[in-house]
Amino acid sequence: MAVIHDVMPAFLLFQPGSLAEARKLVVEHGQDGWILAGGLDSFDWLKDRMRKPKAVIDLSGVSELKGVRTTSDGIEIGAMTTLTDVATHPLIRQTYRLLADAAEAVASPQIRNQATLGGNVSQDARCWYYRAGWPCYRAGGNVCYADTPDGRNREHAILHAERCVAVNPSDTAPALIALDAKFVLQTAGGERVVDAEDYFVGPDIDITRLHILRPGDLLSSIRIPAAWAGAQFHFEKVRDRQVWDFPLLNVASAMTVSRDRIERIRIAVNAAAARPLRLASVERAVTGKPANAATAEMAGNLAVQGAVPLQFNGYKVPLMRNLVKRAISGGEEATWTSYSGQ
Amino acid sequence: MDVLQWAIDPWGHRVPIHIAWFLIEVAFVSAVAFLIVHAAYIRFFAREKQWSGTTAPDVVAAIPERVPRHSLVARAFHWLMAASMLTLLFTAFLPKVGVEFDWVTFHWIAGTVLAASVVFHIIHASFWLDFWAIWPDKTDIVDAIRRLRRFFGQAVPAPRRFAKYPLENKGFHGAIIAAGLAVIATGVFMMFRVRTIFFPRNPYLFTDVTWGWMYVLHGLAGVGLIALVIIHVYFGLRPEKRPITKSMIFGWMSRDFVLKEHDPARWIVTPAAVHPAREEEALRDAS
Repeated sequence: MAVIHDVMPAFLLFQPGSLAEARKLVVEHGQDGWILAGGLDSFDWLKDRMRKPKAVIDLSGVSELKGVRTTSDGIEIGAMTTLTDVATHPLIRQTYRLLADAAEAVASPQIRNQATLGGNVSQDARCWYYRAGWPCYRAGGNVCYADTPDGRNREHAILHAERCVAVNPSDTAPALIALDAKFVLQTAGGERVVDAEDYFVGPDIDITRLHILRPGDLLSSIRIPAAWAGAQFHFEKVRDRQVWDFPLLNVASAMTVSRDRIERIRIAVNAAAARPLRLASVERAVTGKPANAATAEMAGNLAVQGAVPLQFNGYKVPLMRNLVKRAISGGEEATWTSYSGQ
Repeated sequence: MDVLQWAIDPWGHRVPIHIAWFLIEVAFVSAVAFLIVHAAYIRFFAREKQWSGTTAPDVVAAIPERVPRHSLVARAFHWLMAASMLTLLFTAFLPKVGVEFDWVTFHWIAGTVLAASVVFHIIHASFWLDFWAIWPDKTDIVDAIRRLRRFFGQAVPAPRRFAKYPLENKGFHGAIIAAGLAVIATGVFMMFRVRTIFFPRNPYLFTDVTWGWMYVLHGLAGVGLIALVIIHVYFGLRPEKRPITKSMIFGWMSRDFVLKEHDPARWIVTPAAVHPAREEEALRDAS
């Protein structure tokens, strides 16, 4: 069980000064290595002694992993760019405001000053049974303590739960999916670029990870294509404490509207499942439809198809329905409907 | 190196959670090593099989050219079980060796098919087939000892020809029963831990320790089945065993093969009228 030592176990600390050096160290230490980005998630694990890596590779000194660069097709953001820098960057605010809004919704200003974009999308699940060191599925065991009649599962999954019901807590992940971002990975086999939605995995595929990074892999940057630049964006996050909390649910959408009809749309939610969910069926259903309350209503209902609430998180079904509605028609137009148990 | 993985449960107890996954490699390598050794033995060392006893001409004449061996229902069961078993093994172990896919649903569905087909097989074999034909009898044991002693060069009479199933078949069937029933029994309970159409989830059905040992037994039987299935497929493909494999496809064996390896006195394939004389003759030869 978790015992708060507040003193980290001993490890070798590496502070590479270049991406090449970082890649070499990450490959060299593989399973025994721990990649340290902003440290917000890492220090929890290390101080609680739930993770005892032999080597910690601190990427804070790798300048190539920081900053926002323009490319021939959009922008590229280094994985070590802080969330504050993402949220305040003029180009992102002007052209890809969805990401700026999502980054600004993360935690507190102090945390955003330290937390990185790469760390935010790669952070681990917040399920307290898992974080406390209980031998649950995600920890390699054979039980989910949250998915029991008395389990504390108010924050857990309503969709795609497969044995484990933990959710992905990232705020920037759904925004990046909505923007059709590409994640650039450095692997032992070379550089690999994956779609944002393919960066994340659910428990049906791998119950012990939230993303596809394997030991020896490194997320180096995130590319956002120009395809959605300046589109109509909507990001909304619902949390228990407005000042600083993980999402109970969030939604991000990028949409272009032509003559009052939805021309193109990408929409994603997070904290509903173990990975951020792109709502492809909703996208298909609303494309070509008027951007009005009726379409939004239909989209909301479609979004929660197949939802299976747990003992204490039934509220997430209407919450998700309404967030999707608001994403389609704008926050002002949708009306909240109460949970009917469906 | 621990063959089990252990964890501390919320109440501070040390509980097993499952087998160590390196046992997958151990089972695979063991099975491959066995078949390499066996293939080398057959290729370089094995002598031609020798049998005691002959079959009377009237008995030979009464045996049809195609000897029925497996009914259509029995064959359908075998291949359905094979398909579900392979699905179970692939869905269970491929994710453990790095091939990731959504395996749980396929796994419990294949497990349900296997369990249902085994229940059917037990009923079918008990009431419609010769139930005891697949179990070793005294003659099998005596002949196995003879074969072993002859292998070591001792002068003992040659073994008699087999009944419907060689002792090796019977032994394999026994091993499959043990491993199969272990995975089915534990698997049915493990379905209470995931969402299926059969039971409401109930992870509190047993204590953590009981669940842990159930997972361990399921895993041990599972990796055992890896080895058993590899060996089974290997024997099914061996040239000298092909008549047996073909009989599981077409349902019959040739009269020549039956007379060569099987004793019509022990596997009744002719009209009952000729049996008494033939059995006496066979017993005389065997002694």
